[in-house]
Amino acid sequence: MIAKRTIPLLMASAVGFLLILTYFIPQTEQWGADAMEMFIILAAAAMVLGAGNLVMMNLAKVSRRSEGWGYAAITLIAFVVVLVIGLLKIGAHGTAVSPANAWPSNPVQEGSPFWWIYQYGLVPLTATMFAMLAFYIASAAFRAFRAKNVEASLLLGTAFIVLLGQVYAGYWLTDFLPADPGDTAWSQFLNGLRLENLTQMIMDVPQKAGNRAITIGIALGIVSTSLKVLLGVDRSYLGSAD
Amino acid sequence: MLNYLRNLDRRIVFLLMGLAVALPILFKLSFPEPVPEGSQPYHVFDQIDNLPDGSRVLISFDFDPGSQGELLPMAMGFTRHCAQKHHKMYFMCLWPLGEPFVEDAMNIVIGQEYPDLIYGEDFMSFGYKPGAEAVIKNCIVDMKTLFITDSRKTDLNKIPMTANIKSAKAMDLIINISAGDPGTKQWVQYAATPAGIPLVAGCTGVQAPLLYPYIPNPLKGLLPAIKGAAGYEQVLIAAYPEMGAADIVDSKYSSKAALQRMGPQFVAHLLMVSFILLGNFIYFYDKKGGA
Amino acid sequence: MRHIAYAMLACVLAFEAMAYAAIAPPSNVQTADTPNDVGNQVDVTWSLSPDDNGKGAVKGYVIYRVTIDSAEGLESTASATSLAGSEPIGDVAYGKTDFTDENTTAGTMYTYGVAAVNTSGTSDIAVAALNVTPRMEYINRGKLWFGIIMLTISGVVIWYVRYAKRGGDVKVRKIAGLEAVTEAVGRATEMGREVLFVPGILDINDIQTVAGMTVLASVAKTAAEYDAKLEVPTARSLVMTTARETVEAAYLAAGRPDAYDENNIYYLTDEQFGYTAGIQGKMVRDKPAACFYMGAFYAESLILAETGNSIGAIQIAGTAMPSQLPFFVAACDYTLIGEEFFAASAYLSGDAQQLGSLKGQDVGKVIAAALLVLGCFFATLAMATGSSSMIATQDYIKNNILGNEGFVPAAAAETGIEGDNE
Repeated sequence: MIAKRTIPLLMASAVGFLLILTYFIPQTEQWGADAMEMFIILAAAAMVLGAGNLVMMNLAKVSRRSEGWGYAAITLIAFVVVLVIGLLKIGAHGTAVSPANAWPSNPVQEGSPFWWIYQYGLVPLTATMFAMLAFYIASAAFRAFRAKNVEASLLLGTAFIVLLGQVYAGYWLTDFLPADPGDTAWSQFLNGLRLENLTQMIMDVPQKAGNRAITIGIALGIVSTSLKVLLGVDRSYLGSAD
Repeated sequence: MLNYLRNLDRRIVFLLMGLAVALPILFKLSFPEPVPEGSQPYHVFDQIDNLPDGSRVLISFDFDPGSQGELLPMAMGFTRHCAQKHHKMYFMCLWPLGEPFVEDAMNIVIGQEYPDLIYGEDFMSFGYKPGAEAVIKNCIVDMKTLFITDSRKTDLNKIPMTANIKSAKAMDLIINISAGDPGTKQWVQYAATPAGIPLVAGCTGVQAPLLYPYIPNPLKGLLPAIKGAAGYEQVLIAAYPEMGAADIVDSKYSSKAALQRMGPQFVAHLLMVSFILLGNFIYFYDKKGGA
Repeated sequence: MRHIAYAMLACVLAFEAMAYAAIAPPSNVQTADTPNDVGNQVDVTWSLSPDDNGKGAVKGYVIYRVTIDSAEGLESTASATSLAGSEPIGDVAYGKTDFTDENTTAGTMYTYGVAAVNTSGTSDIAVAALNVTPRMEYINRGKLWFGIIMLTISGVVIWYVRYAKRGGDVKVRKIAGLEAVTEAVGRATEMGREVLFVPGILDINDIQTVAGMTVLASVAKTAAEYDAKLEVPTARSLVMTTARETVEAAYLAAGRPDAYDENNIYYLTDEQFGYTAGIQGKMVRDKPAACFYMGAFYAESLILAETGNSIGAIQIAGTAMPSQLPFFVAACDYTLIGEEFFAASAYLSGDAQQLGSLKGQDVGKVIAAALLVLGCFFATLAMATGSSSMIATQDYIKNNILGNEGFVPAAAAETGIEGDNE
């Protein structure tokens, strides 16, 4: 019980406070970066756990012939093929430094099978998923942007201005307003009403202010939560239900 | 009719959006992109252009294939601009799937448009390094111990460009193209602010509001999304007309790639404005109808 | 004839001499120990060569260095010749007037020299008038104000934690998203469908993921009590391990250890969109009645939220990623914005100590707001009146309190040096 709860708590606190101290001492400034590298090594080792879990779950689905087992089979095949080609660098050629061996070559060496999988498999798939955002934002805009109250109306108005100001349509719609701010307050005001200038003003003033406020709040939340973790007040990461 | 619109199948919305993006690309629809004086594309352009020829520039490609639509044009634009000014380009990458884009910048853009530049003397690549913020923190301390070799596994002491430099503090400018974390925010926090190195960046549209508070210090200029990239391309072509003339066959590396992508953005934005208007019309109609 | 030949030879030699002797050296080379380091850096500055027109007449500058015996004293005794014999330690482009030598050893004395270079050769070396000895600093004095602010805020948080532990009254306003957790899980139980919990895509070292685990503990306990199936797909192996322990402990606390199935918490993939595709597919096939998104999210936030919307699930999101908050607010039923998400652990547990820490956070906000108001006040006065004391105060807030110049204002530091020399 002590090993499971107290030792990890003590370790977390000691290392946490030590790394905060190193921020102020030039001689030890690197310790934080070194600790981060240790974490990355740990996370990479832990990846074996995750990969093992993935294989087991999909194998179970295939062996039980549960619904959608064909997709689990495809997952397994893709996993094994990419792992083997990548690890063994099958089909890659040597480098200038070591012409005879493919082992030290760049993993995504142009022309190699691994590069081919990346270029013609992963890149289109990832780009497709990201592109789906355009469709989802359209359906969200249709459904959610209704002027139900004052705040929603403000949101709506801002969305209009920024959507139009970011494209040529905004420039064209307010082209009748003076393009040059001029010397008088009135001409500067009118120039500011051009959609592209209004968009920039929204980005530079209210948006920036709101973002700064949220960022300050989040930063304080992080300080408080981190302090709770270091002091042992919050032990959820240990798996406690306290 | 109104009932149909009220219960509009979202697949119709998706279809219309698909057409709004596809048709401008198929018919090569394009629109003028006026760039107001003093806007961010000019700030970014000036930061790179005002550096003396041959200055050292660290260019970090922190994005993956998912965001290449928004970020690849500006990444190639930065590469072209630096090559035009004969700046010494030090490429690196903090995202594992971003390294092939660095290779494309060197092999396709520099290789085809600036063939007189030599790897190791005018440009080089440190490659991808895992570690996120730890890499940036170590970059401003000792890059040789961090990377040891370049992406082609040559000892950094044997490459003319890197033999005499120890850390990123020797750089005159950092250019960062970022899709998320690690990205521009981390470069601001761990490199530009503590070491005082000037930084310009390009980012996705969704990240831009987060980075605006850092302008003008320490972030000297920012290209937000494809609009920023299109503005930057416009400014580059106005300053160096020969850049607009040399068009690479594969259009995603073209010097006008971002300008081409503004056509679909125009139509898509108008479509979204229409959806918002339609949705509100239905809402107010129902409200007025005593529902 | 002989005279003409000699004259021609003299002309040729004169032209060659002109080409090689042309470039003028830089001047006013100064060196200083870089402050707040371990003694491994020296800053070298100089004035541009008169031939440097900013257009490439001078190609750049080369910096030289020799090590000096410390007994030789502060005045530089190294000659340009001895420096020229050493290997250059670095070079910069034209127009630049500074260089940082990052390869010095603390306690060793050095002399530096700078020469201008162009295609026809190198100028004479301009030698710094004084030697320099880099020193190791034990404390980074530039960060002292940051340390004070950090200690103040941390101290206040700790004080309020102890105040709450002693029985002090701490009120927290209602957070709708957290009140709705029970409702969401209850709905899932009634409909006979499962509850889906997505802990974000970052690893356990991110504080948002840790906060997500706290909410998971509460959701798992409620799911155990209601006998609803809870699934937790993760994007990181360490998150999977932590989530398994958290859920197991929650089921134990609810008195239902038999209902716990570790296969309901599984790893999908580290790749962002692969993870998103996996969860999307799961949502469309199994149609969970309640979806929780608690942690760090990026572009996938809208994809997940819209998919959840299309299957008619009740959705509760919480994240501290400002760029994703708008998408969650637009598409989810309840959203915990930034700090509310971090307050979740205190809110759900009802633990007095944790509630006390929320109050400490609020005091931190008051400090930030006070600095903001003071800074704006002095900046406005400085701009309106042009008074030097107002400008100095504004600069102190900007460069010292909020910057990294330490306690001593820049002007006072300069005056101090002049005072010492006198």
